[in-house]
This record gives sequence, C-alpha cells and structure tokens, in this order.
Amino acid sequence: MAKKKTEKIVYGVIWFVTYLVVFMVGYIIFDIVIKGLPAISWGFLTQMPAKSGSQGGILPAIVGTFYLVIGTVAIALPLGIASAIYLNEYSKPSTFTRMIRLGISTLAGVPSIVFGLFGMGLFVLALGFGKSILAGSLTLACMVLPTIIVASEEALKAVPDSMREGSLALGATKWQTIYKNVLPYALPGMLTGSILGIGRAAGETAPIIFTVAATLLPRLPRSIFDQVMALPYHLYMLATQMPNQTTIKPMQYGTAFVLLVIVLGVDVVAIIFRSRLRRKNKW
Amino acid sequence: MVMIGNQTPPQIDEPEIEIDVQNLDFYYGKHQALHDICMSVPKGMVTALIGPSGCGKSTFLRTLNRMNDIIGGTRVEGKIVIQSKDIYAPNIDVVMLRKRVGMVFQKPNPFPKSIFENVAYGPRIHGIKNRAQLQEIVERSLVRAAIWDEVKDRLHISGLELSGGQQQRLCIARALAVDPDILLMDEPASALDPRSTQRIEDLIAELRGDYTIVIVTHNMQQAARVSDYTAFFYEGHLIEFGKTERIFTKPNNKQTEDYITGRFG
Ligand SMILES: Nc1ncnc2c1ncn2[C@@H]1O[C@H](COP(=O)(O)OP(=O)(O)O)[C@@H](O)[C@H]1O
Ligand SMILES: [Mg+2]
Repeated sequence: MAKKKTEKIVYGVIWFVTYLVVFMVGYIIFDIVIKGLPAISWGFLTQMPAKSGSQGGILPAIVGTFYLVIGTVAIALPLGIASAIYLNEYSKPSTFTRMIRLGISTLAGVPSIVFGLFGMGLFVLALGFGKSILAGSLTLACMVLPTIIVASEEALKAVPDSMREGSLALGATKWQTIYKNVLPYALPGMLTGSILGIGRAAGETAPIIFTVAATLLPRLPRSIFDQVMALPYHLYMLATQMPNQTTIKPMQYGTAFVLLVIVLGVDVVAIIFRSRLRRKNKW
Repeated sequence: MVMIGNQTPPQIDEPEIEIDVQNLDFYYGKHQALHDICMSVPKGMVTALIGPSGCGKSTFLRTLNRMNDIIGGTRVEGKIVIQSKDIYAPNIDVVMLRKRVGMVFQKPNPFPKSIFENVAYGPRIHGIKNRAQLQEIVERSLVRAAIWDEVKDRLHISGLELSGGQQQRLCIARALAVDPDILLMDEPASALDPRSTQRIEDLIAELRGDYTIVIVTHNMQQAARVSDYTAFFYEGHLIEFGKTERIFTKPNNKQTEDYITGRFG
C-alpha cells in the first residue's frame, strides 16, 4: 500500500516537473514572440544600426552571427568527427586514450568566459588573427568540440559491427569500410548531437566578446579577418549599455526574437536533414 | 615424360586441394581456441564443419579469410595455404585474400542501402565504376544467388525491406559479386524458417562445383544433405574429417559417433 502511494507521489512530481519545464520554455518563447514580433520589419532586418544602435536595423549582427555559426561548424564538425573516428574506430583502450577522454570531458565543463580569454590569448594575440571572424569561430569551435566528439562517438557506436565485418569480408580496407559503410549511417546521429553544441555557439556572448564582437560596426564584413557584430553581444549591449531602456525595449525584443529564430532554425534544418538520412539508413 | 616403377598412379577420386591447413593453433589472448588443426579442403566441393556450440567452428572458419585479425589480442600459429600461398605470410594482401575468399554471416547483414548498392558494394570497392558493367555484375550475382526473380523490379528498395531468407540470399549475391573462389558460410540458415532454409540449401547445391564452400552448421541433417566432406570439431580439436557419407555411416571415432547419433552436444 505504502509502496503504491510512493509510486503515485513520485509520478506526480515527475509529471509536474516535466510540465513546468515545458511551460517555462513555452512562456519564454511566447514572451519573446509577443514583444519581439512587432519590432520586426523589413528595415529592421536589412538596415544598418543608427544612433549607436538605438535606431535602425540589425543587419550586421545577423550577418555576423550567421558567419560565426558557419565558421564554427566548418572548423568544429570535421575536427570533432575526425576525433571520434580516431577514438572509436582506430585507437585501442590505453592510458593515452583515457587521458584524451578525460581531457574532452574536462573541456566540456569549462566556463565559456574561459574559452573567451583562451581564444583572445591564442588566436587574437599569439597567432595574430586580431579580433576577427576567424578568431571568434576558432574560439567557439573549441567550446563546442567536446559536444560534437561525444555525440559523434555515440553515433559511431550505434552502427552495428556486422556492417564493419560485412564490408571487410568483401575485401574493403579499414578506411573504405569506415568511409562507405559506417560514416554514412552514423552521420544523422552525429549531426543531431552536434546541433546542441552549434545552437549554443550561436547564442553565446562570453567567448566572442574578446575575440570577434564589435560594439557597433555599421558595415558588413569583407573577409574572415574582419570584426563583426553578433546578435547575442548586440542584445547584451542594448540591454546594458543604453541610457533610455524603455524606448529601446522593442529593439531588444526584436533582436532576441531574431536570435531565437536563428537558433531554432539551425535545429530544424538539422532535424529535417537527420530524418531524411535516417529514413534511408534504417536497420 | 614416361614414368615407370613404383610411382603411384593419380587416383581418380583424389580431389584437388583448395585450402590446406597445417598444424593450426589459434589463441584469443591466453585462451587457445584451436589445437593443431590439419585439414585439406577439396576444391569445388562443400565441406561442412560440425560440432557442439563453442567447439571452435566459427573461429576456424574466420581464420580462413583472416577475419579474426580484427579482434585484438588474437594469435595464429601454423599454416594455412590457399591456392599455394600461405595466407598468414607477411607479404599477403588481406584485401586480395578476402576478395578470393568470400563470407556469409550467421545473421543476415544487408547494408542499409538499396539492393543494387548492396551487391555493387564489393565491385565498387575493387575499383569498378562503369555503370553498365556494375549493372551486369549485379544482375549476374542476383541470378546466381537465386533471388533475381524476386527483386528484379525493385532493385532500388532497401535491402532491409526484404524477408530474412531473401536478405541472406542478397548477402550471398553480395559475396558472389566480387567473384570469389571460396565461400565461407557461418550457419547461414540458423536464423531462418524451414522454407528459407530449404532455398539456401538448394542454392548451396547450385553453387557447388563452381565454388569451394565451407559451411558451419549445428544441424547434422543439413550437413548430411548439403556437404561432400564433413569435419567434426570438439573442444578446439579436429576429431575427424572425411567424406560426409562415411562420417555419417561409419565414423572412425567414438566421439564422432556419439555426436552424430545425438548422444551429446
Ligand atoms: N572474440 C572472442 N574472444 C574470446 N574468446 C572467443 C571469442 N570468440 C569465441 N571465443 C571462444 O572461442 C571458443 C570457440 O568459439 P566459436 O568459434 O565461436 O565456437 P562455435 O562457432 O563452434 O560455436 C569458445 O570457447 C569461445 O568462448
Ligand atoms: Mg559459431
């Protein structure tokens, strides 16, 4: 009897917490959409900021964030997948690989501001990239790398060994087997897992403050060595560095709305991609 | 040249040897799974490996195309000579070996690709790019594996959409597509229903003669039906090897007899 009661209580608590989370996410999205949508106009999306950001549009911040996401993906995805392939397909368990794994999980727990400082030290100053898209993307890539490696390894583990054996038995080399008969099936899982990291990169402020973000730069970048504005940092700037907070509220919510759409957009694209690949590769 | 004297004349039924196993020991780490196996597998015939579960049939089969290489900590001693080459010699190209020695697994493992791509996988790996040539190979292999009529109108569907028995025949077609001389089969019908099993056995009879087939089975009736030669393994030892007919009617060894008559295993 008492057991049944505990069961009911536990179930109730879990139910409540689940719906609380859903409710909070829903409320945040609802709030940003309601307050942000009215601020959205063609001009807001396509114009340069004016009057130190209190008027005009946010085009350079949108473009900047877009470039940073692309740069981060272009750097972190190949590196992360390559690391996962090494760890899961080639390396044998040893002290060395245990150290690597320890390093990866430690990296995952490092606060983002530390990545920002590290990126400034290494990419901006030591390697001389300056505050630039390149330095910012590299910094964000370092931050999301652990997520991508772990997700990619999980995806590789999910491919049955019978796929590897079947291919090897036909005379395929190890690399042919991985490239043609393991990676294609693991890719959907790799992408899904990587989305979280990439979405996080799009929304982070701390890693980009010292490595790429410009407070106000009303022009579009011309090369990867240019500074850019970025949505999260622009939002931070609008919310903290502006004197008349009430009149600027619509600008803030509008920017938050656009950031939200981009982050969710990245997720949706990846999910569609995954489900298409997955339908093809089901066993 | 004329030979006179006590030269033994070639016997009519002395078969040509395709695989010659000499004093083979196999170890998983410290555990010795095969002990001093000596066996000559005749060319173009079906050789069945029987014995109770865990006696080393799969291990032995997988030494023949060096599939055990991919398991860490394994070790081979002795010699396996296939087509007069020691396959464990340092200069052996494992890729070429596995092209000559195809394998079909216990659980059908079609790739999550189309039927066409499943069969074309091997030829593509070995450098055939020409579409017409691939098509020709795919059709020939599927015909050979007795599944062409069932799939010829839907080569683009996933191999996973086929039934278990069809999947296994697809896997056989895939193995045939790289044009091997030897076909290793590890309990190819153990996961299948009786009708599909029948079709696989018919297929083995079809392929006999053109390929040297080594098949593991735990089903003694199956061994008796499909094979010309039978090898009985017990606890990592090859207890008896000979013509299937003789092994099943008058085995030389007490253990073989006990196993065949169902007294153990
Ligand atoms: N990957 C492996 N690692 C260690 N031992 C193994 C492995 N595979 C098989 N063995 C051992 O080798 C022996 C023979 O196994 P196996 O060849 O699979 O037998 P069978 O196919 O006749 O059932 C068994 O004792 C088994 O436990
Ligand atoms: Mg077995």
